[in-house]
Parts: sequence; structure tokens; C-alpha cells
Amino acid sequence: MSTPTAHGSIRRRLLLSLLASAAVLAVVVYFVVQSVARQTAQESQDNVLVASALSILDSARFVNGQVNVDLPYSALSMLDSISEERVFYAIRLENEFLSGYPDLPRTNPAPGGRPVYLSAPFLGEEVRIAAVRRPVSTDGGQSYIQVSVAQTLSGQKQALARISRTSLGIGGGFFLLSVLIAAIIARSTIHPLDRLTASVSRRGPKDLRPVAAPVPSEMVPLVASLNSFMRRLHRSLLRSEDFIAEAAHRVRTPLAIVRTKAEIVQRKTDDPDTRAALKEMIHAIDDSSRTAGQLLDHAMVTFRLDHLANERISLLRLIQDAVERLRPMSELKDIGMEVTGTADATIQGDPILLQNALHNLLDNAVKYAPPGSDVAVALALGDDVAVVTVADNGLGFPEAELGQLAQRFSRGSNAQSVVGSGLGLTIVKEVTEAHGGHMRISNNPGGGACVSLHFPLS
Amino acid sequence: MRFLLIEDNAQLAEAVVDRLMLDGHVVDHAPDLQTACSFTDTTSYDLILLDIMLPDGDGRSFLETHRNQKSKTPVIVLTARSEVSDRVGILDLGADDYMVKPIDFSELEARCRAVLRRRGGAAHNLLTLGDLRFDSLSGTLKVADRDIQLRTRELRLFEVLANAPGQVFSKSALVDRLFSYDEDVTENAIEVYVARLRRHLQASTVKITTIRGLGYKLETE
Repeated sequence: MSTPTAHGSIRRRLLLSLLASAAVLAVVVYFVVQSVARQTAQESQDNVLVASALSILDSARFVNGQVNVDLPYSALSMLDSISEERVFYAIRLENEFLSGYPDLPRTNPAPGGRPVYLSAPFLGEEVRIAAVRRPVSTDGGQSYIQVSVAQTLSGQKQALARISRTSLGIGGGFFLLSVLIAAIIARSTIHPLDRLTASVSRRGPKDLRPVAAPVPSEMVPLVASLNSFMRRLHRSLLRSEDFIAEAAHRVRTPLAIVRTKAEIVQRKTDDPDTRAALKEMIHAIDDSSRTAGQLLDHAMVTFRLDHLANERISLLRLIQDAVERLRPMSELKDIGMEVTGTADATIQGDPILLQNALHNLLDNAVKYAPPGSDVAVALALGDDVAVVTVADNGLGFPEAELGQLAQRFSRGSNAQSVVGSGLGLTIVKEVTEAHGGHMRISNNPGGGACVSLHFPLS
Repeated sequence: MRFLLIEDNAQLAEAVVDRLMLDGHVVDHAPDLQTACSFTDTTSYDLILLDIMLPDGDGRSFLETHRNQKSKTPVIVLTARSEVSDRVGILDLGADDYMVKPIDFSELEARCRAVLRRRGGAAHNLLTLGDLRFDSLSGTLKVADRDIQLRTRELRLFEVLANAPGQVFSKSALVDRLFSYDEDVTENAIEVYVARLRRHLQASTVKITTIRGLGYKLETE
């Protein structure tokens, strides 16, 4: 049986696409978490900066045409509370610098007096600047007092790095969780397929009933065609079995009539020539009926080899049955048949095929053994092998032909006077090999044929 | 022996009946299961020969009813189908043996003997002749309560002669009864067996007489 070529795997494809989307999602999660966190951190810093700037602005008094700024302690201490950052400030009246760091970058005023934010380099460091302003009345009329508070960002960078790490952890964790869920999903999706496979392959060789177990709707067409295929196979098997039976019947019944009539005539005549002719006739009838039988048997055997039954079989019992079945024939020829070896061996296999093989083997032995001789049947057990040996003291096999005797329609060149089709040993060999064993044919040192079947013991 | 032959092919049945009658058996022929059942209801048979493919049913169903009725008559199935497919079912259903057509009648006789022997012999299988006691089923021959060890073919020869004491059997008739067709034997082989049997019967009052040019017969002194 040929194994179909696998092209991709549904489980792997499902798993890969689930994992790919999980990976994309994990990256998105990473960036979203990071940007939200960064924004939140920025906002909270901005709020503190604005609050600080506003408190400075609040403390600015315009007295006698002079701006008086009493820098409140809280204005800068609230900035300190964030981290060990350096803090700068600048107070300006319109464009006139009043106090603080004169070089602190200026910001463009925002409409409506809202705070203005700016990130800019200052004294070699990145700073965040928040600026607020308030209108004041001066001698020269309406003017603006503007307070800028700046803070370095090194601490915030550290915080951001921490946030990055955390969001990386969240993204990674999300991914790992997705892997787990994807594996579970892939498994449960494939499960009905696995179940179908198991239920089909668990069947015995003769079990061709349709699959009745419920399957997911996507698999219904597949199972429907599988069922219809099995139905057709079943029908065609039945037909070929019927055909074999019918063919056998058609061939054998007329042969049986002719043979019986020939025997009657032979019994009624004493004329040697007529008797000899009739004997030849009966011989020929036996020959053709045996050949027909073995052809049909061989067809049956070939058919069964494809669907080998797997039962536990006692070899000793099988041998004894086959011997008892042939006993009347061997007695008729005055041939003794004895089974030696009483230890039983159990093998797995098809009882009908093995029975047929043994029958063929013993039938051969009885046929070729001279009247009054013995056929020895033995069952011997090795460590991992059971050997069935059948030996007679007939003509034996021609030494030169030992290699090819088990081939189809091959008969020993010295066997012409005995009825046979040449299929017997072929059947024996094929059945033995189908059970993992092998057949050896040889000649006894004392004359006669010896066939041994070696079956592996599991 | 009394046989019942259940076989639907008329030509084959006629030939088989004729052939069995040649060996001195009584044979009734039933062409279908219904006739067969009416025969078995009224007559007791020594052996039933059953075909499997019959016009009004499968021979296997006959086997089943036959077994269920606890009938003791042994059944030998005559099948024309493949051995591989048929043999298991037939024996499982309680047939005593089976044969594949065409029937070799010497094989049939051998199988009948084997089946009857397995089932245990009836009284009429015991034969007393002069000072000899012969049980054809177990195949034992006794001279004045002493067992005589005979090989199968010697027994068969004795049986044929003893079943018709005084009747002359030609060598060819004896070859037909003693040897199967796939054996290449000459009529001289009979002389060998007759000589052996004579040696065994030396102590007995029963003798095998040669009728020159005709054959042999069994006589008591």
C-alpha cells in the first residue's frame, strides 16, 4: 500500500497563522503600551512644570512700576519631588529678561493664555520647558509677564526605559499566552480529523460499513465520498467473491459428473485398455479440477492478503487440524502422518490463509510420498521463531530446481505422474511471507522433500 | 450403508447414486431441502451428503436445523466453491467433514469411515466370520480374542472381501477399491497385499482362495 505524499500540514498552517497574528498583536501591544506610558509621563511632568510656573507667576507683584518676584519655595520643591533633575527658570516681562537663566529658550505665546510646552536642548542637555504668561498693566500700558520653567529629562528617560521593559514584558507575555491558546485551538480543530482517521484505521479488514460518527460540517463532503467509496468497494468485493464461487461451481459440477461416470464405467469393465484410458481420463479431470481450484484459491488468497485478518492463532492446533483433515487420504495411501513437538506457539495472522497454506503443504507431502511411507510434521520453537517442518520420503525436489519451485505454475520436472497445478507452493510461500515469515525448501539427507515455514514470534 | 444425497444437479446426483450403489450402498436422492427434510423425518440414514448451493435455500441452513434437532446422522458437505472461502463456515456450522467436487469416491469412502469412526460405531459394523471378529469402523480384527495388527490397506482389502464372503473379486476391482486414482499401481500390487493378508490369517479358519484367471474370494473352512 502506498502512503500518500503529505503536502503541508493543516495543524502547522493553523498554528503558524495563529502565531503570526499573535506576534503582530504583541508588537502592536508593545508600541501602544509604550506610547501611552510615554504620553502619560510627559503629561504628568508637564502638569508639574505648569503648576510650578503658575505658582511663580502668582507670586509676581507689580509694585511701583517694578516687577517683584518672590520665588516661592514650593515652586521648585515640587519639581524636585519628581526626581533628581536639574531645574531652570526664566522670568521675562515682555521681551525684557528679569530673573533666572537668561538663555533659556523662549517660547512663542499661545493664544488665550494657555501654557506652552517645548522640548529643546539647553546647556548640553535635553530639557522640557513649560511657559505661562499673564497680562499686567505697566506704565507703558498693557504688557505680559512670562514665566518659563524647565527641567532636564534624564530621569524621565530612565522611567521610559523601565516602561519600555515593562511593555516588552507585557507584549512577550501576550505572545506566550497566544502560543498556548493557538496550540489548544489547533489541537481541537484537528481533533475531529484525528478521530475520523482513528475510527477508519481501527477497522478490521472486512469492515466496510459507512462512517456514522458525527463530523464537523466542513468534513461532511469528504466523509460522504469516503462512505460512497467504501460502499462501492464493498459491492465490488462481494461481486468478486460471488464470481469466484460461481466460477468454481460452474467448472466443478460438470467435471464431477464426468469423473463419476468415468469411475462407474471403470468399475464395470475388466478390459485393460479401457481401464487404462479411463484412468488417464480421471487423472486429467483431477488435474484440471485441482488447477481450477488452486487458481480460485490463489485468487482468494491474493484478495485476502490485501486485507489480512489479525487474530491470535495457535500453530499447534492449526497443524493438528490440517493433519486430521488429511488423515483419511493418507490412510488410503497407507501413509503415516505424525506431529512431533508439543510446545505450542501463538502467532498473529489470518487463520483461513494459514489453514490453506498448511493444507496445501501437507496435501503435497501426502501426494508425493510413496505408499506405506511416513510424513513427518514438526513444530519447533526457537527464541523468536516458530518453525513448521513437513518432510516426506518421496522423490524430493530436483536439486537444480530448488530455487524456482515456489514460483507460479512451476513444478518439479520429476512430478509429471502426480496430479498438480504448481500453485500449491506459491500459495504456501505467499501466505508465509505475508505473515512476516519465510519458506525454505530442501531435500532430506535420506531422500524426500522437506519444506519448512519460519514464522517470527512477536 | 444408507446414504441421503442432497444435490440439485440431476445428472451429477444420478451418477453419484449409481457409483455408490456399485459399492453396495443404498442411496436416496433429494433434489432440494424440502424433499430432504421429508426424507430425514421418515428414514434414518447412516450418512448425509449435502450440497451447499440448492434451489430452495443454502445447504448451511439445513445444517443448522439438522444440528438443532440433535440428529446424530453425520453430514459430509460436498462443495463446489473455493475451499478458502467455504471451509470455515461449513465446519463451524457442524458439518462432520467436507469435500470439494469433483468427488474422488475412494476419498469419500475414506472420509465416511473416518467420520463414522469419530462418531462411534453402531452394532451392525461388527462382523463375525468363522473365528474372526471384525469391527470395520475401529478397524480391528481379532482371531479368537487376539488382536491382529493390520496396516490400513490390508484392513481395507479384508473389509472388501469379508463384506461379500464367497464372492469372487477380480484384481482390477480390488485395485479400484483399494487405491486412489492418483496412485500409479499395477494389478500386481494386489498380489502383494493378498500375500500379506494371508500371512496374518494363517491361524484363522478364514482363508483367501485364488480363483485362477478370475480373482480372489474369502472362504471359511
